[in-house]
Amino acid sequence: MIPLRSRRRAAAPRETSEGGPLLRIERVQLGYWVDARFHLAVAEATFEIQPREKVIVIGPSGCGKSTLLKAIAGFIAPASGSISVAGRSTLAPGPDRAIVFQEFDQLFPWKTVLHNVAYPLRVNGHSRGEARATAQQFLELTHLAHAQDRYPYQLSGGMKQRVAIARALALDPTILLMDEPFGALDAITRQRLQLELNRIVAETRATLMFVTHSIEEALVLGNRVVVLGDTPSRVLEIVDVGDLGGPETQEYGAMRGKLRDLLAVDRELPEEEEDGGIN
Amino acid sequence: MEASTSTVAFTRPRPLGWARLPVWLRRGIIGAILIVVWHLYAVHKGPLLVATPWQTAEAFYDGWKNGNLASQTWTTLRLLLEGVAIGALVAAGLTAFATLSKVGEDLLILLTSVLNPLPGVAILPLAMLLFGLNESALRFVIANATIWPIAIAVSTGFKTTNPTIVAVGRNIGLSRGRVITDVLAPAALPYAISGLKTAWAFGWRTIIAAELVFGVAGSEGGLGNYINNARLYFLTPQMFAGLVTIALLGVVFETLFGALERRTVVRWGMKTS
Repeated sequence: MIPLRSRRRAAAPRETSEGGPLLRIERVQLGYWVDARFHLAVAEATFEIQPREKVIVIGPSGCGKSTLLKAIAGFIAPASGSISVAGRSTLAPGPDRAIVFQEFDQLFPWKTVLHNVAYPLRVNGHSRGEARATAQQFLELTHLAHAQDRYPYQLSGGMKQRVAIARALALDPTILLMDEPFGALDAITRQRLQLELNRIVAETRATLMFVTHSIEEALVLGNRVVVLGDTPSRVLEIVDVGDLGGPETQEYGAMRGKLRDLLAVDRELPEEEEDGGIN
Repeated sequence: MEASTSTVAFTRPRPLGWARLPVWLRRGIIGAILIVVWHLYAVHKGPLLVATPWQTAEAFYDGWKNGNLASQTWTTLRLLLEGVAIGALVAAGLTAFATLSKVGEDLLILLTSVLNPLPGVAILPLAMLLFGLNESALRFVIANATIWPIAIAVSTGFKTTNPTIVAVGRNIGLSRGRVITDVLAPAALPYAISGLKTAWAFGWRTIIAAELVFGVAGSEGGLGNYINNARLYFLTPQMFAGLVTIALLGVVFETLFGALERRTVVRWGMKTS
């Protein structure tokens, strides 16, 4: 547990004053408009995330898990229910809920790696020197110090995602939101980055909400797993996966089987062809 | 032929061939041939109608030496720069307004579809009525010729910007205005530069044509006026020197835009050179 730097922004507390949950989602309904018709994507979601928790939201493709993340980030408003972060209801997007997206093209192509990480700090009132120093610190944390002067097009997909993680964490967010950040990576890079993320989150003591459709990823990264299912979706179950042990343990296997059952992985698909994202 | 030698034969350059010559030499040879053809044609037509390359070179040298051609060129370039600058500013404002509001978007679409197809010089008579026979009329005409290609290019660039980096901009705390200046504007730079190139070319055509119609007040009529005067007094070599100046400036600005692209969008991997 290395204290990476002093707390600079009082505006983004990690804990609420009464020590309650960091993120509170209460009977949230989410949907979208297509040709003046409202389609419900998430029928009911209620859960909480405590400080320093790593919560995975899992569900099949199209279940609205990314929509839920976008609502927390402030990009879309819930149709009903409430979302609050550190006691405040989230209305507009802001750096207290820094996001890492799935797309590799989430970095600014006209900025070097260093400036991609330093620039958001400048936007949020840090001095030039301070922003640079903090950016370098987080690039070291993500093993990217050697690439700090490169432009994004000169990086591999895995490196781009690590820059995005460094950028998000450097903002010292109340909660770090990750939307399938490793979904477009090859299997080996993906596993490496999962382990690296575990180390980085432990070192920075960040609170994490991570969206995925991979059961293995959920078990490797999470303390708790929120399972979304049905259409329109709802929270099917919230399970503790914090102390399962390695993949060879019986508990891990049992939990894996349970999640597969909840997500109906083994069930015959209905006539409609779905993309097989669940493993 | 055996497999081991065939690969070598495949990559070996042909012993004699046009493509083997360096670029400067290939272009130099073509250029020399064209100059010879020009010379033969000039001799055939007579010096009153077509100046020979040598006469043109002499007139070009004299014109720059005595400052006459230089001052006309400067007049034209200054007006062009001012007109394009005004046009670019208005285009930036219009595009920003179009990005921030639906009314602005509709306004921009309507204005560009009506005014962009209009040849720049066509509004010269109107400009002369509004401003009189002066530089402001020319600036107005040039600005009008440059606003629309830039506005079209930049708004296309804005619309094709990857939504993810716009979302990142909002996420890190940028206001709507700063998303435009700090995310959309650099993301649209490849489009903006090509729009600026088009605008520059439009501006060139417009100002030369406008100067042909009327010289700006006094002796400083610009290059178009210089060419037209040379025709009027049968100073054919000077007329050709003016044309050569215009062509050379075109090459110079093409090089400058190329350098700008290499230093920005090519360097950032946003455009292949």
